[in-house]
Amino acid sequence: MSSWFDYTINGLIIGNVYALVAVGLALIFGVSRLINFAQGSIYLVGAYIGWVAVMQLHTPLPLTIIVVAAAAALVGLVIERFGLRPLQNSVRIAPLLATIGISFVLDQLVMLTFSPNPRALPSQLPDVRFQLGGGTIGPLDLLIAGVGITSALLLFVFLRYSKLGWAVRAASQDRDAAMQMGVDVNRVNQAVFGIAAALGGVSGMLVGMYYNQIDTAMSLQATLKGVVAEVVGGAGNVPGAVIGSLLLGLVESYGVAVFGTSYRNLFAFLLLVVVLVLRPNGLFASTRQAPPEPLTGTFIAPSRPLRIPRWALAVAAAIFAVLPLFPVSFYVLQTLINAWLLGMLALSLTLVAGTMGQVSLGHAALLAIGAYTSALLSLTLNVPVGLAIVGGGLMSAALGTLLISPSFRLRGHYVSIATLAIGEIVSLVILNWESVTRGPIGISGIPPLTLFGYDLISPSSVYWFSLAVMVVLALLQGRLLTSHLGRSFRAIRDDDIAARAYGLSLNRYKSLAFIFGGFAAGVSGGIAAHLYSYINHETFNTQQSILALTVVILGGLGNVVGAIVGSVALVGLPEVFRIAAEYRILIYGIVLLLLVRFRPQGLLGTI
Amino acid sequence: MEKQLHSMLSLRGLTRRFGGLTAVDAIDLDLAKGELISIIGPNGAGKTTLFNLVTGLDRPDAGTVSFEGQDITGLSPERLAAEGIARTFQLGRVFGNLSVKDNVLIGAHTRLRAVKPAVPVIGPLLELGLALLRPSSVRAEEERLREEVKAILARFGERLLPRIDQPAYSLSYANRRRVEIARALALKPRLLLLDEPTAGMNPTETAEMQSLVAELKAEGLTILLIEHKLEMVMRLSDRVIVMDEGKKIAEGPGEQVRTDPNVIEAYLGHGLSGTTEQESAA
Repeated sequence: MSSWFDYTINGLIIGNVYALVAVGLALIFGVSRLINFAQGSIYLVGAYIGWVAVMQLHTPLPLTIIVVAAAAALVGLVIERFGLRPLQNSVRIAPLLATIGISFVLDQLVMLTFSPNPRALPSQLPDVRFQLGGGTIGPLDLLIAGVGITSALLLFVFLRYSKLGWAVRAASQDRDAAMQMGVDVNRVNQAVFGIAAALGGVSGMLVGMYYNQIDTAMSLQATLKGVVAEVVGGAGNVPGAVIGSLLLGLVESYGVAVFGTSYRNLFAFLLLVVVLVLRPNGLFASTRQAPPEPLTGTFIAPSRPLRIPRWALAVAAAIFAVLPLFPVSFYVLQTLINAWLLGMLALSLTLVAGTMGQVSLGHAALLAIGAYTSALLSLTLNVPVGLAIVGGGLMSAALGTLLISPSFRLRGHYVSIATLAIGEIVSLVILNWESVTRGPIGISGIPPLTLFGYDLISPSSVYWFSLAVMVVLALLQGRLLTSHLGRSFRAIRDDDIAARAYGLSLNRYKSLAFIFGGFAAGVSGGIAAHLYSYINHETFNTQQSILALTVVILGGLGNVVGAIVGSVALVGLPEVFRIAAEYRILIYGIVLLLLVRFRPQGLLGTI
Repeated sequence: MEKQLHSMLSLRGLTRRFGGLTAVDAIDLDLAKGELISIIGPNGAGKTTLFNLVTGLDRPDAGTVSFEGQDITGLSPERLAAEGIARTFQLGRVFGNLSVKDNVLIGAHTRLRAVKPAVPVIGPLLELGLALLRPSSVRAEEERLREEVKAILARFGERLLPRIDQPAYSLSYANRRRVEIARALALKPRLLLLDEPTAGMNPTETAEMQSLVAELKAEGLTILLIEHKLEMVMRLSDRVIVMDEGKKIAEGPGEQVRTDPNVIEAYLGHGLSGTTEQESAA
């Protein structure tokens, strides 16, 4: 039996680890107003460098820490120099997308180098426990606490007394003024990314030792936890990040004590959503301030979309429609069916992220809601499959919009964090709500597609069905964009303050965008469920959200035709070149990075 | 106080603090229907913050705002836009990726009737349905508004009409200011707040803007104007209010304010002509 004392110690130790990640995030946010989604990947890299040092090089512990810190700092410097510095003068969405891309590239590189299987990372410390009050404490706990406190002190001294530290503080208060006073902002950025990465890397190593296990799933978790702690403490507020981390550690630890381990993450994300809704500037923000006036249209890249004549679109649609009449292989049809399903998801995301400017990172959750609803309707209530899919779409529209609504008052990076967290919450609820979702076992034996009593079994019929559904959704979305709603969505994206001053309610129009987009994603998920015949809580994961985001950027934000072209390209090209599955995510990440850097408006242009 | 009964907009003790700084300090103001009042004062005097408080983008720490006798303190900007309060922004907040036409159409958003049914709860869903189905009433309203947009843009001569389908990000700074004013006019405002409409404009452009504002005033529009160019202020204003460090330090007809020692001290410094001051302010 563990005592409350043990839970408190455990919470504080984990909080200390989160603090190392969160402080780095806070430093970076302070200087560049950027939430670094790659922070968790550096943490992952740190854990694996630690593993190499301990298992291959047999370094003693102090040297291990130094090696990890130095190597992670180097990764941070490379990210800053080659990933972010070229984007300094570009639109606000660019660095956000870049850190997401970098994160996926790093995670995949680690996964390809070390395989996704978990590894043991021994702590190199004697395995003894000291009796202390009502509980016990081990040398590793003390080490983590020691590293946490030492880093905090070093950071304090650096920021307070060194010249570069002054520059960092000046740049985070007013970047332009600091630049005018001769502060070299590039050096400040370098320093901040280096420090943040070193702290993150060491944190990953310590967590690996604490649980004696490292695996590639750590990355996303660390990013999320670090961001939760940072937002709770107030973005950019370094002491706030430390307090937020300890608070998060305690909340999780007590939550686990009362409800069990599988709820750990749920508490973290609920804490995030509650803080974002009630105190979006963090617990310690003192003054409310009107946000500074932005320059015009700086969120997305301005561009003139390519006008494709209607007849060309009609011809293209006709060619794809008659394709199954020709002797094409099953493989080609299968690939295109996947492209149509992804196309529906991309239509949804391009509306929400492109037209409305809400860069959702949890879009796969909408697929999951649609898939589970459709599967359960047809299995348990014997609803005809065609209707069940529509039900899935409607449920995804309603539930998705309801879940995402707390984020309607947020902007930019915060929307991405909130949607990422909400996506995780959906997946955790599916995992834990066994009476409805059948929990980890998943749902099997989902009936195949039928329409008006006819079974759609043959590949061509499935192909036609999914193509037809996607085309209808695309036509509807195109019509929506030319209406006053399309205009209103885009106005809110470009400048939500000016939009409100002209009577556009953010809640109303963001809801409408998510209702429309949620329906398309839910239908896609519903169709997928009946095609796969088996789904579980991992069928629709973050990788699909990122794939959809890459498709949307590739096609051009908000561009309906672009979403479909992007889907065909990103599903089709890897097949054409026969790229092995494990390299695909890596390639999606690299494509995303290259696009953000060299063609932010995508192939067909932003609408 | 009887003045308050007839006034369109009246502020009483309006105060807004940021930390230790009082950006707007107990401001009283009455604006009668059809009147044009200019607010002048050095940069950082709290003029834009005052606009934010009146238009609901910021909430006062103390004091009240009433519009046509109705207390509107702390209402959302969406509500106030629907009440007929339109504003332009100091830095030209146009919707960069929208065409000039669409920018101005957003101004007419609160007037949409056919596509924005005022039905509780299911109103938004009806709106979505109407946007997709587009019955003839919706098409007719949209068509009528498009014609109206052209008429509004025609007030700016040949400045905007040839660019009606161009995205706003491609416009010059001065044209963005014009688009902002066109957007405000599309709302058919009862009260118009203009925040430095001539910032960044050359003398010819400033003169054009001045005659446009004079026209709007002659049409009976009630206007609150923030402006640095004193000549324009003197010509257009029925009254001038001078702010410094959040406080109102003078109020009255232009000529009177111009010679007020407090104003000279706080705002004009030593030069009275205003021309040198204009340069540094712009």
